Amino acid sequence: MKAVTVVDLTKKFGDFTAVDSVSFDIEQGEIFGLLGPNGAGKTTTISMLATILSPDSGKALVAGHDIQKDQPGVRKSIGIVFQDPSLDEELTGWENMDFHGRLYRIPKKIRLERMEELLDLVGLTERKDDFVKTYSGGMRRRLEIARGLLHRPKVLFLDEPTLGLDPQTRNYLWDYIEKLSNEMNISVILTTHYMDEADRLCNRIGIIDRGKIIAMDTPENLKETMGGDVITVRSPDYHGHIADLKRGWIEKVESYDGCFSIALHGAEEHLPELIRILVERQVTISSVSIHKPTLEDVFLHYTGRRIRDSGNSAKEQMRMAYRARRH
Amino acid sequence: MDVIHTIWLRNVKRYLRSRSRIVGSLGMPLFFLIILGFGLNSVVTIPSVSENYVEFLVPGIVSMSVLFTSIFSGVQIIWDKQFGFLKETLVAPVSRIEIMLGQTFGGATTAIIQGTIILVLSLFVGLNIPGIGGFLIAFGFMALIGVGFTSLGIAIASRMEDMNGFQLIMSFLIFPIFGLSGAMFPIESLPPMFRSLTLADPLTYGVEGIRFGLCGVSQINPLTCLAVLLSFSIVMIFAGAFLFRKVKM
Repeated sequence: MKAVTVVDLTKKFGDFTAVDSVSFDIEQGEIFGLLGPNGAGKTTTISMLATILSPDSGKALVAGHDIQKDQPGVRKSIGIVFQDPSLDEELTGWENMDFHGRLYRIPKKIRLERMEELLDLVGLTERKDDFVKTYSGGMRRRLEIARGLLHRPKVLFLDEPTLGLDPQTRNYLWDYIEKLSNEMNISVILTTHYMDEADRLCNRIGIIDRGKIIAMDTPENLKETMGGDVITVRSPDYHGHIADLKRGWIEKVESYDGCFSIALHGAEEHLPELIRILVERQVTISSVSIHKPTLEDVFLHYTGRRIRDSGNSAKEQMRMAYRARRH
Repeated sequence: MDVIHTIWLRNVKRYLRSRSRIVGSLGMPLFFLIILGFGLNSVVTIPSVSENYVEFLVPGIVSMSVLFTSIFSGVQIIWDKQFGFLKETLVAPVSRIEIMLGQTFGGATTAIIQGTIILVLSLFVGLNIPGIGGFLIAFGFMALIGVGFTSLGIAIASRMEDMNGFQLIMSFLIFPIFGLSGAMFPIESLPPMFRSLTLADPLTYGVEGIRFGLCGVSQINPLTCLAVLLSFSIVMIFAGAFLFRKVKM
């Protein structure tokens, strides 16, 4: 049985389609990432799977339960860490865990055992009796993850788990998430707009933009489709001059804001020739860099935009969605 | 049941920890009790109810403090909404009605504690100690006020986005309910128009019920008080549950 099956899931807020017939499956034990800019529809997708929002059309099964027909079944089998904090700051870490355990009706003996075990797993045993208001951002995140696992969910949802955390804490969290999925064989769906996070953690990634999944595969395969290497040329003449550049060894040429990128195999050997061609064409070159393709290049390829550039329009979309929701 | 208990427990724990809130919300009732009580004691006597104005005032002030605490406890779910904690509760496999009842009983409990503190303090300013039966009657009415008005608070909070509207509720709901309740004056001395408003105010029946318990006399038959207040609380639980069910995460 698949851990999650999603077929043509759609959600509209007024005229704005936040999620547009999205389909994917997740295997048991897999870490699946939804990667996309803010406002792409990641959180809306997760909210529907967690029965927080109901879809306008489409179907989804989570751990075998239909998200519309069997909400209690879904809720029992999922753990969720929201994008925004959801702890009671006036309670201690231990009490937050205990509240959750009681809410999910875990018998006392098992509850206390698991709380010890999970707090230990996320390294909070020493701070368990301190009020959550004294915790750092990373500690709160870890507590939320431990709490989400207390009732042994089959599927764990992590909505932007490392948003706003410093690099060191993010690394720690990634280790925890990897450890969890290995040791407990639970499926994890995480949303992120950090390329490195998706690349590092996920077995498979669905790239989502404007409500649609535009590419879905393992990070390796996604990058492989970009060719072996990418040469990025920064140039004021990035438009024009280069459209017909494609030839035998150049697989793809794409231009965007202030740069153009060339996908090819064996960038080191071909670089001198490329420069010669550009000089012949009197293209001004400010800088050149060679790198292995990243998910950023993949996103750029499919959308013509970089993820971090998508912020503004995304904010606008979110505002629209928010307005639509209030009506 | 265990879910209701869990949510109740959280409310009570949070309340007992917020010393400043406990002390802070004693201020106004004590102020009323002492200033009005001693200020007017020598000039006011209320025939047929009490010779002693302080004694007349105590049930009103106890009700006031239960009223304030319970509405405030209900409205508190707005904070849970803003701090995100409500999501954690709402996404759990529990029914909304359980959450709402846990919140209601939690709020009622804190309100009773608050009322009891006032009650104990008023023993020092001249309340004659009634029998154990009288105390129990008073507690019963405190519980009903607590349940009814916490539910009302939840109903209001379910429709509010943030705390901006709280001042409005304070001015146009809580104060009128308190002011019209006959907490500070006998019902018979009011002009007819106000008298009907007072009789329409559910808190009136709470005040009178507590007065019957503490002073042994009341202006309204205690059984009438019980019937009215009980109905009010039940209606409010339904209203609160209905509106809370529609709260979006």
